[in-house]
Amino acid sequence: FPEMAGAEGEDSLYPIAVLIDELRNEDVQLRLNSIKKLSTIALALGVERTRTELIPFLTDTIYDEDEVLLALAEQLGNFTMLVGGPEYVHCLLPPLESLATVEETVVRDKAVESLRKISQEHSPVDLEVHFEPLVKRLASGDWFTSRTSACGLFSVCYPRVSNTVKAEIRQHFRTLCSDETPMVRRAAASKLGEFAKVLELDYVKSDIIPLFTALASDEQDSVRLLAVEACVSIATLLPQEDLETLVMSTLRQAAEDKSWRVRYMVADKFSELQKAVGPEITKNDLVPAFQNLLKDCEAEVRAAAANKVKEFCENLPEDSRETLIMSHVLPCVKELVSDTNQHVKSALASVIMGLSTILGKDNTVEHLLPLFLVQLKDECPEVRLNIISNLDCVNEVIGIRQLSQSLLPAIVELAEDAKWRVRLAIIEYMPLLAGQLGVEFFDEKLNSLCMAWLVDHVYAIREAATCNLMKLVEKFGAEWAQNTIVPKVLGMSNDPNYLHRMTTLFCIKALSEACGQEITTKHMLPVVLKMSNDQVANVRFNVAKCLQKIGPVIDSNALQAEVKPVLEKLATDQDMDVKYFAQEAISVLALA
Amino acid sequence: MLSPVLCSELSALEPEYTEADVISAVEFSQSGEFLATGDKGGRVVIFQREPQGEYNVYSTFQSHEPEFDYLKSLEIEEKINKIRWLPQLNSAHFLLTTNDKTIKLWKVSERDKRPEGYNLKDEEGRMKDISKITSLQVPVLRPMDLLVEASLRRVFANAHAYHINSISINSDCETYLSADDLRINLWNLDITDRSFNIVDLKPENMEELSEVITVAEFHPHHCHLMAFSSSTGTTRLCDMRSRALCDQHAKLFEEAVDPANRSFFSEIISSVSDVKFSHSGRYLLTRDYLSAKVWDLNMENKPIETYQVHDYLRSKLCTLYESDCIFDKFECAWNGTDSVIMTGAYNNFFRMFDRASRRDVTLEASREVCKRRAVLRPRRVCVGRKKRESDVSVDSLDFRKKILHTAWHPTDNIIAIAASNNLYIFQDRHSHHGHHAGHRLEQDRPPQLQDVPPQ
Repeated sequence: FPEMAGAEGEDSLYPIAVLIDELRNEDVQLRLNSIKKLSTIALALGVERTRTELIPFLTDTIYDEDEVLLALAEQLGNFTMLVGGPEYVHCLLPPLESLATVEETVVRDKAVESLRKISQEHSPVDLEVHFEPLVKRLASGDWFTSRTSACGLFSVCYPRVSNTVKAEIRQHFRTLCSDETPMVRRAAASKLGEFAKVLELDYVKSDIIPLFTALASDEQDSVRLLAVEACVSIATLLPQEDLETLVMSTLRQAAEDKSWRVRYMVADKFSELQKAVGPEITKNDLVPAFQNLLKDCEAEVRAAAANKVKEFCENLPEDSRETLIMSHVLPCVKELVSDTNQHVKSALASVIMGLSTILGKDNTVEHLLPLFLVQLKDECPEVRLNIISNLDCVNEVIGIRQLSQSLLPAIVELAEDAKWRVRLAIIEYMPLLAGQLGVEFFDEKLNSLCMAWLVDHVYAIREAATCNLMKLVEKFGAEWAQNTIVPKVLGMSNDPNYLHRMTTLFCIKALSEACGQEITTKHMLPVVLKMSNDQVANVRFNVAKCLQKIGPVIDSNALQAEVKPVLEKLATDQDMDVKYFAQEAISVLALA
Repeated sequence: MLSPVLCSELSALEPEYTEADVISAVEFSQSGEFLATGDKGGRVVIFQREPQGEYNVYSTFQSHEPEFDYLKSLEIEEKINKIRWLPQLNSAHFLLTTNDKTIKLWKVSERDKRPEGYNLKDEEGRMKDISKITSLQVPVLRPMDLLVEASLRRVFANAHAYHINSISINSDCETYLSADDLRINLWNLDITDRSFNIVDLKPENMEELSEVITVAEFHPHHCHLMAFSSSTGTTRLCDMRSRALCDQHAKLFEEAVDPANRSFFSEIISSVSDVKFSHSGRYLLTRDYLSAKVWDLNMENKPIETYQVHDYLRSKLCTLYESDCIFDKFECAWNGTDSVIMTGAYNNFFRMFDRASRRDVTLEASREVCKRRAVLRPRRVCVGRKKRESDVSVDSLDFRKKILHTAWHPTDNIIAIAASNNLYIFQDRHSHHGHHAGHRLEQDRPPQLQDVPPQ
């Protein structure tokens, strides 16, 4: 670029000029950067020119890529001060209105979010003069995209407008609930609960309930299932005595809907529904409904319901909780333990342990323990894993010892599973198990597994095993480490396989801090230094990296006397990488 | 029915055409204002209906490119297997196109304004003298000539191990299905990184494979109903409400084959090449090699109507087998009121059947016969000696000239016929005066041709 001659005092102009020009650059990334700095541009232009020039330009810029439009929609939500404050905030409506009609859902949603935000900055008068007409225009737009956007705006303007306008808004919402396109009905159904919350109770009963009933029996599955969500908010708003007549028949119908997707939604929202309808209806209606969902013919529904078992039981009214669980829920749970579908079993396994705290020691031993034991032997590793990962709940109630005899074979089997992801998952539970089972049990049964993982053929497993050792040492202490694992780790430094020799280095890196200065300097350091003569370059540069890491733990005499000469030698290695890492270690440890 | 008059003939400019120019998909948009064709070269051409009724090119774009699957050492053709329009969302138009492996969502939109005014350069891109810039300029949008742009919105890939034969958009306008030889997947139009498998016919052991999926389609109104057909001549109707996996069908439409007619070719010719729900949603139209059948969704054991498309080929099956023609996949179509059905045949012939009167007609779509402003003259195929001069004998049929892809305007009597690289659009000569539902078949009217528009 030529110099900006004579640009003193105007040196701020140039960068802004670039930003403005880049609003229409061919490179999307540059346009995006420019849009993200829209506030800088607006600030430079001043409020007047922002309103009269920039905003009109942006209003027509809806041809751009989604990511640019998304950024624009977001920016405009924070633009009030830049157009001159709340007095002028309505200037932002045209660009957001056009963004609210684009086909890309994320952009529309962001535009609606920004519109909701700036609606709060409108004065009550401006809201009726500018904002509400926009909502009406969107609500009666030709394209479904504008009508769906309108659905999200009713609830923000309703509380702040006159009664006449309120009546109009309710009418618009009613119309959209029976729109011919399923997309709009879905949008309306998903905002039904939110809209109900801002309505006066009488209108909830007279307007919302008929709409809710209609949407809940829509011909499209995708609309009906959204009505379930609305059911939660609506039920929360109504007084208990009205629930039965206004909501329950619709909810019962949804729980038995022909479409599994609707039943799935009921199962998925069960805890929320339970809280919304209160204890009496839960006892009479929801318990049988829950039983049916647990026995549903579609596995997806059973799995969703199984996921809710613990939460549902927890939220049952205290006076009858135990009876209800024992007589109604537990029989279904017992069946699910041997379900044909593994997703169902694994969903159950992830929550079933939580029942023990609710049912107490005796029931757990008598009724739940047998189920845990069956699940610990399940053919699907996921199920076993989910049981093991939730052991802490049982531990609190009956102690883990009750389980240890079955636990061990299950752990061993998972530890040797053919799928490395399964092995990885069980490794992650090792520190937890070790803590609960105690050091003796661990040394006797599990220690060898932990060492075997160090030589696994998958790197991710070896890496996790290294990290696992560190956590074990943190739990059991340095002395335990010195006696049990350090000798084994150091022994691997003579392994013919260089990958195993590197594992030694990785372990030392991970353990040094937990083991402390003495063990590190006395036992580990000599091995590391010896390995600097390894014939494999990868091992040598890992020696350098390892020394850099453990340097701060080693006492300073050893650092100067032993580490420094080795690193200096490695810094003259013929391998480039070895040299590089040695030099890096020297400079980090300040040995130069 | 129709007295089809040629209203547009659109083809590659050179008389010599390449394989890539051969049309492989034809589809009207929901309103009928647009018509899209796909070809073996991966191109999509969109036509727009002018106020006078003719269709002219609106936009052309390259949808798919040839690819190579390095893992399986397989070439992936760019050929467009199917095109489906989405219901109109906003002022732009959206369509799904697919080749064997990858489904793409395209947006076709218009632009009539462009920004003008730079700070640092003029419109030609010459740098301005920066020292003279004393104020900032915000670009303004100025009108320009209409520009139609096609932009790729989404790519739905890596979900099919076999060749995709169908895509169909659900009436919920949120999901669509894609079917390959063994599986049917369900997608959300907004989500490209996962799909749900709803039908899986793949046996544990591929040697036990007994049937493949040939085509799948959603019901036009009921979002939970889906039909798919197989190579064994059956069509299954699935209710997606009852299970997440639709391996168990709700209904199975199959006609028992007369054992007397059994032959080596029975199974091959009974394979269903196309399935179309009627607009009313009450009927299913299926096409097999020799016939088209209309099924009532309430009756599974036999079709309510069977139309012979070219029964005279029964004696030629051996030849057709040797030339692989027997595996040709003919599509079929309903008219807007479900009163007439249409499907293609050989020798550039296509057939229309009036369901009420049971009359049928054979018409030819080729350059030689399609003259200006003329009603297409019905053709007849005769077995044995010619009765009329214009008759065509079975032995002289050209099996290389086949009409596989046809489409009927969703409401009007306008049809689109793809004959190799040519697209013929005919309309009922009466429909200039408005929409005529369920016209009688007018076989004996003298031909009248409309002008072929300049290309």
